[in-house]
Amino acid sequence: MAVIRDKMPAFQLFQPASTEEALGVLDQYGADAWVLAGGLDTWDWLKDRVKKPAAVVDLGGVSELSEIRSLGGGLEIGAMATLRDVIRHPEVSEQFSMLADSASQAASPQIQNQGTLGGNVGQDTRCWYYRDGWSCYRAGGNICYADTPTAMNREHAILGASRCVAVNPSDTAPVLVALDAEMVVRNSTGERVIPAQDFFIGPAVDIMRMTALQPGDILTSIRIPWTWANTRFYFEKARDRAVWDFPLANVASAAKISNGVVEDIRIVANGVAPYPVRFLAAEDAVRGRQVGQAVAMEAGELAINGVRPLRHNAYKVTLLRNLVKRSVQGAEA
Amino acid sequence: MGDVEHTQVQTTTEQQGVTRRGFIKGVIATGASVSASNYVLRNGHGVALAQAPGAVERLVTLNVNGQQRRVDVMPQETLAMTLRYKLGLTGTKIGCDRAECGACTVLVDGVPQYSCSTLSHQVRGREVQTIEGLEGADGTLHPVQQAVVDLQGFQCAFCMPGFVMNMVALTNENPDATRGECAHHLAGNICRCIDYNKILNVAEKACEYTRNGMRS
Repeated sequence: MAVIRDKMPAFQLFQPASTEEALGVLDQYGADAWVLAGGLDTWDWLKDRVKKPAAVVDLGGVSELSEIRSLGGGLEIGAMATLRDVIRHPEVSEQFSMLADSASQAASPQIQNQGTLGGNVGQDTRCWYYRDGWSCYRAGGNICYADTPTAMNREHAILGASRCVAVNPSDTAPVLVALDAEMVVRNSTGERVIPAQDFFIGPAVDIMRMTALQPGDILTSIRIPWTWANTRFYFEKARDRAVWDFPLANVASAAKISNGVVEDIRIVANGVAPYPVRFLAAEDAVRGRQVGQAVAMEAGELAINGVRPLRHNAYKVTLLRNLVKRSVQGAEA
Repeated sequence: MGDVEHTQVQTTTEQQGVTRRGFIKGVIATGASVSASNYVLRNGHGVALAQAPGAVERLVTLNVNGQQRRVDVMPQETLAMTLRYKLGLTGTKIGCDRAECGACTVLVDGVPQYSCSTLSHQVRGREVQTIEGLEGADGTLHPVQQAVVDLQGFQCAFCMPGFVMNMVALTNENPDATRGECAHHLAGNICRCIDYNKILNVAEKACEYTRNGMRS
């Protein structure tokens, strides 16, 4: 007899045709609703029965959410644009090649074909204790299993932890913070625009969420101002395998350089903290100075100021220092 | 009841001398209808799901390999499940069921996707192509299939349908691909026999056949 592998639990599926309709369903179901983008983060949660939404709202039918278009002040990318769309869009490649670069290093080609930019920035952490359904702080419990003497925490945070030591695994998130992007969020009461830097939140702000999105919210688009278009970009991702893997650490920087002098720079890393971290002290140290080995080294040392490695992830300290150093030196160095 | 049906199917197939594969598919088709009713009963909401705006119907039409297929699809059903257990298209394999191996790769509007991680409802109105849809009406093999046959590209071949579908996308998009580009394009598929060298030979040969104007 054929065996049907019923990995996916039952839920009610909604495929609204407009954002308004989607918001209506989200309001009706509240915290029991789940917003579905590409589904690559979603299905693991559901198949494992760790998250059990009653209603899944698939935004795939809302065409307005997947558009990429230029506005007066910058480029607006619909949250439902796939990573493939982002990688192949001429204007993204011309103006913000770093975004296309980071998207092309996320997961695998098939996942890039299906996964969305909104999903990539909105994805949950990969901490296996949390994802396996342990009742940790992030799941509403009273302990962090990754921060015990015997915990396996090679992939966890060295910065910004507060009780929970999970990291944000997104490759595009640090790029968007470096490019000073804005996240456009809608719910039934209206629209709000959140700077990317504030969109990603740490456990000190809310231990159960990675982003500012609340139940009933939909991330509709991401706006990238022209401010940092075509500046000197640097993106590097360190990971165990060349495909599929999440970053052990990644770094994204955008720098305005004239005659070898750094006029302005933004340096952001992910995979080392519960949110993409911007290194303000390193940026300050570099600004106004000639690009070179010494200044890059100084930036790297400033970036690791205040790190608190766990038992198995001290390697991330050197990794982060060197990534930041390289991001200041640039790809040519 | 299931046992009775099982016996009947078996008797018929033995009489008609049907192939093993055809027999298995027949059993699957019988099983699907029985098991599908289990899902309905297990679903607390029953069949009469709320008629809120955007709520999905279960009876849908999917465009698979150029054919319009009417099929009863549960809201939570993945495309891989529908293809294999409802439509009998068992060429698509389920490996990890987690978007981590690529065995279930099919083309959706010509783009390779993991069918284990796509809901069947998400491909309504779109063109799905599986390995069963590659062969021409006259039995001519697709250049990729021909390359696999010519070079004996796979060992156990469980991963093959996924690789082949991904290679079809490759030959459509970039038949001039270098070996490195082939490897990059096929990075989302895993072969546990570690047969990658031969698989890349196949990819290059398939590109060559496509460049030489073989039907695709």
